Amino acid sequence: MDDLYREQIIERYKTPLYRGHLDPHDIYFEDDNPLCGDHIEITIRVGEDGVIKEAAFDGKGCAISQASADLLIESIIGKPLEEVKRLNKQDVLDMLGIDLGPVRLKCALLSLKVLKAGVYGLGEASDALVE
Amino acid sequence: MLNTDLLRKDFPILDRQTAGGARVIYLDSTATSQKPLAVIEAMNEFYRRSNANIHRGVHTLAEEATALYEGAREKIARFIHADSAKEIIYTRNTTESINLVAYTWGRANLEKGDLVILTEMEHHSNLVPWHMLERERGIRLEFIPVTDDGLLDLDAYRALLDQSPKLVSFTHMSNVLGTVNPAAEIISLAHAAGAVTLLDGAQSVPHFSVDVRALDVDFLAFSGHKMCGPTGIGILYGKAALLEAMPPFLGGGDMIKTVHLRSFVPNSLPHKYEAGTPAIAEAIGLGAAVDYLTSIGMDAIAAHEHEITEYALERLEEIPGVTVFGPSAQHKGGVTAFTLEGVHPHDVAQILDGKGIAVRAGHHCAQPLHEKFGITATTRASFYLYNVKEEVDLLVEGLYHVKKVFG
Repeated sequence: MDDLYREQIIERYKTPLYRGHLDPHDIYFEDDNPLCGDHIEITIRVGEDGVIKEAAFDGKGCAISQASADLLIESIIGKPLEEVKRLNKQDVLDMLGIDLGPVRLKCALLSLKVLKAGVYGLGEASDALVE
Repeated sequence: MLNTDLLRKDFPILDRQTAGGARVIYLDSTATSQKPLAVIEAMNEFYRRSNANIHRGVHTLAEEATALYEGAREKIARFIHADSAKEIIYTRNTTESINLVAYTWGRANLEKGDLVILTEMEHHSNLVPWHMLERERGIRLEFIPVTDDGLLDLDAYRALLDQSPKLVSFTHMSNVLGTVNPAAEIISLAHAAGAVTLLDGAQSVPHFSVDVRALDVDFLAFSGHKMCGPTGIGILYGKAALLEAMPPFLGGGDMIKTVHLRSFVPNSLPHKYEAGTPAIAEAIGLGAAVDYLTSIGMDAIAAHEHEITEYALERLEEIPGVTVFGPSAQHKGGVTAFTLEGVHPHDVAQILDGKGIAVRAGHHCAQPLHEKFGITATTRASFYLYNVKEEVDLLVEGLYHVKKVFG
């Protein structure tokens, strides 16, 4: 089980590379995981060509939720929004390099849910976004 | 002292291993307790030998099923020292018991502006039913504050009583802080102010002797699954006079005396509140759990848990970065909720799970209490009759390992 806490995840949790809040921004979204109180907000700047120029996350929560947010943000910088819309659960699990049970999966996928709700310009984040 | 070596053999699950190959160290009895063989077998035996619907039909199986179901009710009545088994209503769990009171007694007796007193340490199950009545009826809610050391502020409570509350509904023991509240005193003060009282016994009835007559409480709610019984069965105790006067809860079979096309006459107690085919095997299982706990002795169980809790507090507090919430062992049942600096409770619980240690992480259905202490979540280790000090040692070792992982 300690595999879940591979060095990369602990490192990203303790010293994230993309923690912050961009102001001004083109895209903003935030949401909670009510089960454990994890919170993630994401801010994104998009170029005229529809490509993500800068992105950042802020929030609090467990190592899995925060590390996956940091890795996710890293992966979307320089990508077109259309590509980000296609990201799914498996992409996040591949970034983390671990397998997760149903409870912890929610922690890992919170940032993807927030990201996609923001990119799609939705009023609220739904679990269907990360199926 | 309990003979835990012997007693642990009654719980087959304590012998199993977890995914990592470690033996399970079960420190989550506050969420649900493990079940002794006597309970598992009582339910199996019912299905093998006596299964039939109750209160319907005169055949042998129906008679046996009814006798077993009603026999369990008698045992439960004796266990909490009720005057009569007709004061014992079967529900699904504590939550349903509290909702039953809110829906029936509450809607018959509470009007706009009426005051209900709760506390800041309530489980969501003793908050949300009253929130719902607040929205529907415009009743008022006030809360007995929790002090920094995790006790109820009784001076503030006395001041609230001047506002003539209709109901005081509170937990006997906090599922987070472990605080055992002075129920007799709170109830007698409420009665002096003319209020009805409801006690949430989800955490007390499983762990120490609760005497409804000595407490003079009007309603007591508790769950079977936290006291060695199965899930799906809970109890609402109510004083007969109150239960007689309240309107019925769910409508259907068994809760009626007679039904006509355009009318019905409700059944007598306790059946008035039990519509439809109930959880028969589970009720019988709960009866077996009561027998089991009685055979061990509630006072012995309470003393055993107290000793473990005292030891756990001592050991946890020596770990740098650990903060334990709630009062000293003197005012506390077998629940220790804590935080470990720099590590989210979910991560603590996950890493402990790797060593076979089952603890709970989160807000434990007591979000307002966590807000009060300025935290979103805690890790909670809780103890029951089958836990031993060696398991506390393993927990402490596990926490040092968590610290190492998070360096």
